[in-house]
Amino acid sequence: MSDLLEVTEHGLWAADGGYHVDPVKPVPLAVVTHAHMDHARPGSERYLAPHASLPFLRQRLGDDAVIDTLPFGEPYRLGNHQLSFHPAGHVRGSAQVRIEADGDVWVVSGDYKRAADPTARGFEVVEADVFITEATFALPIYRWPSTSEVIDELVDWWRRAADDGRAAVLFCYAFGKAQRILAELVGRAPGPVWLHGAMAALTRAYREDGVELVETNLVAEAEKGQSWAGGLILAPPSARGTTWMRRFGNATTAFASGWMRVRGRRRWRGVDRGFVLSDHADWSEILATIRETGARRVLTTHGFAEPLARYLRDDGYQAEPIELRREGGDDDGSNDDASNDDASSASES
Amino acid sequence: MKAFAELYERLDATHSTRDKVDAIADYLRRAEPADAAWAVYFLAGKRLKRTIPASRLRAWGSPASELPTWLFETCYATVGDLAETVALLVGNPRTDEADTGLASFIETELLPLAGATEETQQRVVLDWWRRFDSRRVFLINKMLTGGLRVGVARGLTTRALAAVSDLDTAIIAQRLMGAWQPSAERYRQLIAAEEPDEQGGRPYPFFLASPLTDQPEELGPLTDWRVEWKWDGIRAQLLRRCGQTFIWSRGEDLITDRFPELTALAESLPVDTVLDGEILAWRDDRPLPFAVLQKRIGRRKLSAKVLADAPVALLAYDLLEDAGEDLRARPFDERRARLEAIAADSPLQLSPCVKAETWADLEVLQGESRQRGVEGFILKRRDSPYRSGRRRGDWWKWKIAPLTADAVMIYAQAGHGRRASLFTDYTFALWDGDNLVPFAKAYSGLDNAEIRELDRWIRRHTRERFGPVRSVEPQQVFEIAFEGIQASTRHKSGVAVRFPRILRWRRDKRPEDADRLDTVRALIQTESS
Repeated sequence: MSDLLEVTEHGLWAADGGYHVDPVKPVPLAVVTHAHMDHARPGSERYLAPHASLPFLRQRLGDDAVIDTLPFGEPYRLGNHQLSFHPAGHVRGSAQVRIEADGDVWVVSGDYKRAADPTARGFEVVEADVFITEATFALPIYRWPSTSEVIDELVDWWRRAADDGRAAVLFCYAFGKAQRILAELVGRAPGPVWLHGAMAALTRAYREDGVELVETNLVAEAEKGQSWAGGLILAPPSARGTTWMRRFGNATTAFASGWMRVRGRRRWRGVDRGFVLSDHADWSEILATIRETGARRVLTTHGFAEPLARYLRDDGYQAEPIELRREGGDDDGSNDDASNDDASSASES
Repeated sequence: MKAFAELYERLDATHSTRDKVDAIADYLRRAEPADAAWAVYFLAGKRLKRTIPASRLRAWGSPASELPTWLFETCYATVGDLAETVALLVGNPRTDEADTGLASFIETELLPLAGATEETQQRVVLDWWRRFDSRRVFLINKMLTGGLRVGVARGLTTRALAAVSDLDTAIIAQRLMGAWQPSAERYRQLIAAEEPDEQGGRPYPFFLASPLTDQPEELGPLTDWRVEWKWDGIRAQLLRRCGQTFIWSRGEDLITDRFPELTALAESLPVDTVLDGEILAWRDDRPLPFAVLQKRIGRRKLSAKVLADAPVALLAYDLLEDAGEDLRARPFDERRARLEAIAADSPLQLSPCVKAETWADLEVLQGESRQRGVEGFILKRRDSPYRSGRRRGDWWKWKIAPLTADAVMIYAQAGHGRRASLFTDYTFALWDGDNLVPFAKAYSGLDNAEIRELDRWIRRHTRERFGPVRSVEPQQVFEIAFEGIQASTRHKSGVAVRFPRILRWRRDKRPEDADRLDTVRALIQTESS
């Protein structure tokens, strides 16, 4: 049986179906799992995406892009491939892609997480013969604490800053993480929440899509002489160290990301606090997910793809890393947070 | 232990000095004196001796975390810190495990492990790893390997202790100096209202010169200043009190036994004298390179040969205590005069004052620095008191420009700790014929943005990997600064440089524009002529 997907310089290519999955360069037909920049790149002739991702994909790709959408679970035929999207739990609208041909089932995970997220439909296990999994945090040092524990710590940090008459600036990625935090804070905010401009449109799109978020104001629309003390300011990581930050005076700073699990990473970031809050699966979640799919062959991509494949091989799987050359990416992925500082490509966390 | 772990976490989670002082003071107020003593010990930057070599912890990490060795090692390479890697892999998130006090844990559980068999050590340590939460596992690992450092400036601990005891920070600073064993008694003395029995061996806090950033003319008339050569040795205080001699390095190590020559010299001094000066390897009225002194410090046993190969001298430049009188508040001119009086009656050598009429004359004289084996000048205001720590205004170091060479980066290696995910340690090479020969390693000098950019470049231009080291395409040229250069048989290039660091990234230069090894070797001649 031949492979349903193969790796080309454009990314994952389905020869029999005539499409690419999350291509890294413009192609005739791009099947995209979600609206983060490194998965949904502009320039392709047509896109096929999960319906739930449309509002965010539109922002990313513009009004002229040709985007067809499918509801989760609905099959679609491309050549002799039958294709469908299934919730991946990564960010709102994110999906896995299931491909079936000649009785062979491949599942491309896209980015995914297993923890509950009030802004995204939870991950659904899809049985597969071949599972292509992301490996962004595929090392056993990455173990996520429960979300409620992290949000408790975050609120506590914010409250302490407020008691001290200081502002609290939280850096997080503009699409997904920011809104997840805003949703978790509903009914719990001890003060006003402010947003950096880079997050405004996406946050509005979430609200229009029916997601309940805590009330926010835009920093740019604040009145002259606004006191920031007691406020929580959400900003993309790229805002750190810019003159934009000056207005907040002696603010305490934090970064919300899976990378914050490692102390050195937080210190490199130069923030006071690190909140371990990720939109990706941790080590044990990745292993559990692979097991649950029933796949015997696993292809790994992103981040720690190599160690994950090696570990799986030792465990009896047929496993190998695949390299999807990402524009501006580096060769071992462990530094994704640095190269993705740009707010517009805010994906890896 | 728990309270100390929380303190560590609180200090780690803020950049505000006020928060840090508050956190330390809060801890000290609540802690038992014995625990507080240990906390102050660590906060003051003192380290435990290693109980267990890191290599053992590393070997136990894989079985304890139930991971194959290669995967444990991959994790370690990613985290960049062994203690933290183990804590992340084996530590529990939070436990209700009954807590042992810091002092009791260190004294009755941790330190006695040093003499235990490897099997016992492993059993005990693995048990700790199972029982404690990640934060405590991290701290315990750091203590075991002697690497526990709490990243706070000493001054903050002094301020916190002053707040707790209602004493002046200067008194606290004084009491914190020198070697002391943490104990409840010691902590009580530290915060006691009245100074208990004066400890004869305790040095004064060092006064440090600040780098001169403006033109020397800005300092006003030269007649207000005394000028000395800036020696490249070990800054030290020599104490002669109660019939005993103590020599303290600026790093506050008691180094008396390293320098029997100086002990002999001290015996010729009047009682209750404290000198500040520089220890140098010294022969024929001139200093030998710092490397000679370094070699001697490294030796456990001081054989006759070592003493002969690296004879030392103390060049005294200040008198802090004369016949038991604390002179630090007196003007430098007066201290110097009294120092000269003492030297007149003993074999004590002084750091000579440099004579010049004008700043311009002085600048000309400074050109002799390399030939003299010094780093430039120290400028001391004639009426300055002997202050504590690095305070700008009265003492300046006016250093000569470093030597430089343009070199090509050929190897890169990931850093440690916060830099573990980035390539930050580089090896630079010079041309020898058509070959590039490694000549210096440097870790610092680039800003964060440059480090990131270079990191990305390295990843895309890797040629070969040798474990953690990558060879890269020889394309990037950097200007490397260094303080001194010596012939060396241990280096492939035949030269060893002191304090190499990156001055700037020469994007304007091509690799073929880099310097030749011969050119740099020639500097050795000018250096030591």
